[in-house]
Amino acid sequence: MDAETTMSPAARMAREALATCAASPGVAKPDPILVADSVRRKFGGITAVDVDHLEVQRGSITALIGPNGAGKTTLFNLLTGFDSVDEGRWSFDGRSMGRAAPHRMAKLGMVRTFQLTKSLTKLSVIENMRLGATEQIGEKWWNGLIDARWRKQEAAITERAEELLERFKLSHMRDEYAGALSGGQRKLLEMARALMTNPILVMLDEPMAGVNPALKQSLNEHIRGLRDEGMTVLFVEHDMDMVHDISDWVVVMAEGRVIAEGTPDAISSNPAVIDAYLGAHQGRSLLEDQP
Amino acid sequence: MDWSLIFELSLKGLIGINAVYFAIAAIGLNVQFGYTGLLNFGQAGFMACGAYGLGMTAHYFEISFWWGIPLGILFSLLLGLLMGIPTLRLRADYLAIVTIAAAEIIRLVVRSVRFKHYFGGSDGINRFAQPFREVGADFGIDQTQLYGFGPFTFTGRELWTMIVGWSLVALIGYLVYKLMKSPWGRVLKAIREDEDAVRSLGKNVYSYKMQSLLLGGVIGTISGMIFALDRGSVQPDNYSRDVTFYILTALVLGGVAKVSGSIIGPMLFWLIFTFLDNFLRQVADKPIKIGNFTIMQSTQVGQVNFMLVGLTLILLMVYRPQGIFGNRQEMAFDGR
Ligand SMILES: Nc1ncnc2c1ncn2[C@@H]1O[C@H](COP(=O)(O)OP(=O)(O)O)[C@@H](O)[C@H]1O
Ligand SMILES: [Mg+2]
Repeated sequence: MDAETTMSPAARMAREALATCAASPGVAKPDPILVADSVRRKFGGITAVDVDHLEVQRGSITALIGPNGAGKTTLFNLLTGFDSVDEGRWSFDGRSMGRAAPHRMAKLGMVRTFQLTKSLTKLSVIENMRLGATEQIGEKWWNGLIDARWRKQEAAITERAEELLERFKLSHMRDEYAGALSGGQRKLLEMARALMTNPILVMLDEPMAGVNPALKQSLNEHIRGLRDEGMTVLFVEHDMDMVHDISDWVVVMAEGRVIAEGTPDAISSNPAVIDAYLGAHQGRSLLEDQP
Repeated sequence: MDWSLIFELSLKGLIGINAVYFAIAAIGLNVQFGYTGLLNFGQAGFMACGAYGLGMTAHYFEISFWWGIPLGILFSLLLGLLMGIPTLRLRADYLAIVTIAAAEIIRLVVRSVRFKHYFGGSDGINRFAQPFREVGADFGIDQTQLYGFGPFTFTGRELWTMIVGWSLVALIGYLVYKLMKSPWGRVLKAIREDEDAVRSLGKNVYSYKMQSLLLGGVIGTISGMIFALDRGSVQPDNYSRDVTFYILTALVLGGVAKVSGSIIGPMLFWLIFTFLDNFLRQVADKPIKIGNFTIMQSTQVGQVNFMLVGLTLILLMVYRPQGIFGNRQEMAFDGR
């Protein structure tokens, strides 16, 4: 498939904006939605994250790659409020933060998924989806007691949930417990549920891990779809083929630092990146699938 | 052996006031434990709040008895905040430790000589339920008269407490059922499974856990009030740890995360408990011996009965963790 001929307008815009950026760590972007400054986190003696400066371009698909233990998940945790920084600040959509509760970040439009999928297995698929909707009237106990207050909103939420399930090809599982889904389907459900929050930035931690190749293709399409709808996507991935396939920009981390940034083409041939991978993986190719 | 007496008493256990106050306390515990996954091992403490709220208005504040109801609820809200604020951000087991300790502290404080003036020490507080019973009399239920229903006879006093008690079970059960079917209940059930997933979707998990703890606590308080009104007295040792664990056993017996389970569980619990108690009492009328070795005598009936309760809980956990009415796929208790 030739990426150039099938590129959507949103993709073209993102690529054009990023084409002006130099391929160097911490480079400024024309319209960043997320800016991190001197974000550091230590665990005992290990410095898990030590990012001097990082910007994520609005409306782009940015891949975050790096060997295991590079600090990608920890960075996600810090930015989404699941962990607190030792020092540093970041801003999201123009709002400056130093620490934040996870639910506040989600309400501001930054939603994440987890490396280890968190589907609520004892709720049905549709209930998982409904849970994702924010600002629910019936989530206040005094409204919960009176059906009439929340029934209408619930119907609207259900309709939106069903549309998303349709798009993610999970409609046939609508009323099953989420525990009955396969690993790949759970990843899809988690992503669809995250979209129920109406995010502006979607952060996916290894969305492809453990997903079979056929599903991977459709996940790719979904991620592209998010950008085409105007969302920004930041995702962690090991599979370089896929990174190359869908991302507009690639950020490389190793040992907590951002060691390289650039377009997918520039990154594939960057000696520092090859070094970082070779160092950590004793000679396995960058293009090889990670377990 | 007098079987008809055993059966009559057992059936009375099924619908009697013990089943009522257990059922109310179990509905509260179910909100916390069954639906939200909060390990509250101090339900007896919340019950004491209600009982002492009622008792203290009469005994100490000397204002109308009815003020005891809001006072008891206020006590339990304070207790819930005290337990919840330091622990609900931490791992689940911290709440368990704090609740079990807090309930014990309450019991020791109210029974202490130092505070006898306020709480009546180990004698507790007596004779305060008269205004409640007078309302019963207004409804035409004569306290001293005996009322018969089929095989049962109740005094007017018992009957009035049971009518109020079962009405409360129905009302509270209905409200909790409604809440758990609402989006609010959905958030609680999701928290039970994975807090972080719920946080990532923009819900303030801490606030929901607090709401659940307080709601369950207030319901426990109402249970304590019914119990105190039935006895017409408040005694500190009625609110010991065992009570919490019997209620938990009754809840698990019925099935967690179901309102019906938390009502039928306590009824069955008291049916079985009263049956065993009376049966063993008659069996051990003369000490049971093998040769010279005494297996059981009548003074040990209580202990043996409690052993059997423990055994029941163990067997339930092993063979039917979802309880009698629970749905295995959805409700199974996983001992996290
Ligand atoms: N909660 C934690 N406690 C201690 N060390 C941690 C914790 N979380 C992560 N680390 C360490 O921080 C480093 C970065 O981990 P992580 O962010 O999970 O890497 P990645 O997601 O890039 O594989 C690793 O060395 C890991 O062992
Ligand atoms: Mg990781």
